[in-house]
Amino acid sequence: MTTDYASARETTEGRVFTVTGGDWDAMVGDVGAEERIVVNMGPQHPSTHGVLRIILELEGETVTDARTVVGYLHTGIEKNLEYRNWTQGTTFVTRMDYLAPMFNEVGYCLAVEKLLGIEDQITDRTRTIRVLMMELNRIASHLVWLATTGMELGALSMMIYGFREREYILDIFELASGLRMNHAYIRPGGLAQDLPDEAIAKIRELLGWMPERIDMYERLLSGNTIWRERTQGVAVLDVTGCVALGVTGPVLRAAGLPWDLRKTKPYCGYETYDFEVPVSQDADAWGRYQVRLNEMRESVKIVQQAVDRLKPGPIMIADRKIAWPAQLAVGSDGLGNSLEHVAKIMGQSMEALIHHFKLVTEGFRVPAGQVYVPIESPRGELGVHAVSDGGTRPFRVHYREPSFVNLQALPPVAEGGLLADVIVGGSSLDPVMGGCDR
Amino acid sequence: MTTPSDVTPSGVPLDAPPTGAQTGAPADLPPSTEAGRGMFGVSGTGDTSGFGGLQRRRSVLRDSPRPFGGEFDEVVDGLEEAYPGFHDAIERIVVDRGELTLHIVPERIAEVCRALRDDPALRFELCSSVSGVDYLGADRRRLHAVYHLTSMTYRRLIRLECAVSAEDPHLPSVTAVYPTADWHERETYDMFGIIFDGHPALTRILMPDDWDGFPQRKDYPLGGVPVEYKGAEIPPPDQRRSYQ
Repeated sequence: MTTDYASARETTEGRVFTVTGGDWDAMVGDVGAEERIVVNMGPQHPSTHGVLRIILELEGETVTDARTVVGYLHTGIEKNLEYRNWTQGTTFVTRMDYLAPMFNEVGYCLAVEKLLGIEDQITDRTRTIRVLMMELNRIASHLVWLATTGMELGALSMMIYGFREREYILDIFELASGLRMNHAYIRPGGLAQDLPDEAIAKIRELLGWMPERIDMYERLLSGNTIWRERTQGVAVLDVTGCVALGVTGPVLRAAGLPWDLRKTKPYCGYETYDFEVPVSQDADAWGRYQVRLNEMRESVKIVQQAVDRLKPGPIMIADRKIAWPAQLAVGSDGLGNSLEHVAKIMGQSMEALIHHFKLVTEGFRVPAGQVYVPIESPRGELGVHAVSDGGTRPFRVHYREPSFVNLQALPPVAEGGLLADVIVGGSSLDPVMGGCDR
Repeated sequence: MTTPSDVTPSGVPLDAPPTGAQTGAPADLPPSTEAGRGMFGVSGTGDTSGFGGLQRRRSVLRDSPRPFGGEFDEVVDGLEEAYPGFHDAIERIVVDRGELTLHIVPERIAEVCRALRDDPALRFELCSSVSGVDYLGADRRRLHAVYHLTSMTYRRLIRLECAVSAEDPHLPSVTAVYPTADWHERETYDMFGIIFDGHPALTRILMPDDWDGFPQRKDYPLGGVPVEYKGAEIPPPDQRRSYQ
């Protein structure tokens, strides 16, 4: 049967229609008398935030069954880690959740440092810069969420504003690490490089206009009838549902539970910063939007405090058996190298040369054992389970990725709703497939 | 303990504690399965360093003595009270780096999880993660399923560990207790081949459905092809010479 809207072909699993668009009633009429239609959405779909596939069973426009298929972006990062030394690990993990690379790096480094038992030796400046970077990253990640969600609901201006501001934050990251994304900036024991003064000036500039911009986004969206109608009462998931499904982060806080690991299990000195945990009681997409907006405001406050308390000091631990020799400067060829360091190890200090050689070729040994370090990423609990057998390479590193876990909540929030609300529901969970599939 | 094979031709027992070792030092611990020989992971080439003869030992897990410290005693006592089969279900209790690990008999894992979730003194409401670790060569039951449970009420975190062999990799699913374990267990099955009995649909999740083998197992190769770079051939990462 071939018609205007739906061409059909016979397969081993029954007749499959390829629908090219058009009027719904006419299409249903073409496909046949059956009311139940199975629609495959993705993996290539602009509204799936990457390569996510959703198989939907529809009755009219109501979703009766939704199944998510993931794994299209699996790159075996966890397996690859087992073949590099502990320091090289940051280069891999930063590529997992590409919208929150700093969190991947901090989680990994905290785990390695806990295995080494050197948490107390991490310098104050290192900790402060880590917090600074994480909170800037949280703002950038929420901006992308706001931008893409805005785009999906037709608020195209929000998309342009969101990406514009995010690019500014990426410029700060570039000044600090040399890269817009995939920074490998945070290393076991400290940081790859110190934060340059230009970056601090740029951060202060950002702090000047960011609060006003956040207010602007709110004015742009919150009063908009379409935005309200599309988000309020859509994709509801209450606290019980969230905890049963393991959903954490803004989605859980939008349901009313103020569970934020920065407060409940502080790390990196978060207990010394003054900030609130935004909560909403709505448990719907609107509530998640409110929570993320307010989280950006709180992050701005934390960044402000971090910049204010930044004092000069070392950014690597003093232990020469662990501290990676770095202090790179960008040369004329665009590659990082430290002429000063090279002159020292080649000309003056045999000891330093040996340490450099051993650290770079062999790496450091990490005492056998296992740790689990949870941190609060923009999407929820990011847990790093690291196992060492006493060698120079990770024996096993597993990431408890919030995107992976939160995506399990897509069928519960989508089923029973309209097809168009699948987009809102999925988007309000903020999945990043790079993190989900690793 | 010393068997004839553990004695060098000159009659020195290999397992003897090194001179000067103190009780509790890593070298003092009885060796478990051999962890490997050499330092560079190569064989067949001339080794003039002598490092090729190094025989490394893995330290073995030991029970931690009571008191475990603060909240861990409360958790263990609470579980002992809440779960009648406590002594049959717990293989070992380890406290290391400020983290509590309970090694559970595989058949009991779902029951233990239920007790941990429901008892008012325990309240581990959130199953943070389930994953696996392959201790090939270090443990006869080489595949370990590792569960991280969070108590939001008491702000506690514990780890449960179940060891199964590769020949019989079965243990009960905890999806009935923690629905979130669904995808975690699918991933663990996908990567390690651990079969969670009672899971609603234990299929691969990250790898393609028709994939052969379990990629995260230690005897599964990383793969890769040699790459030519500026005239030299660089072997794939898992075949490069490296320190162990």
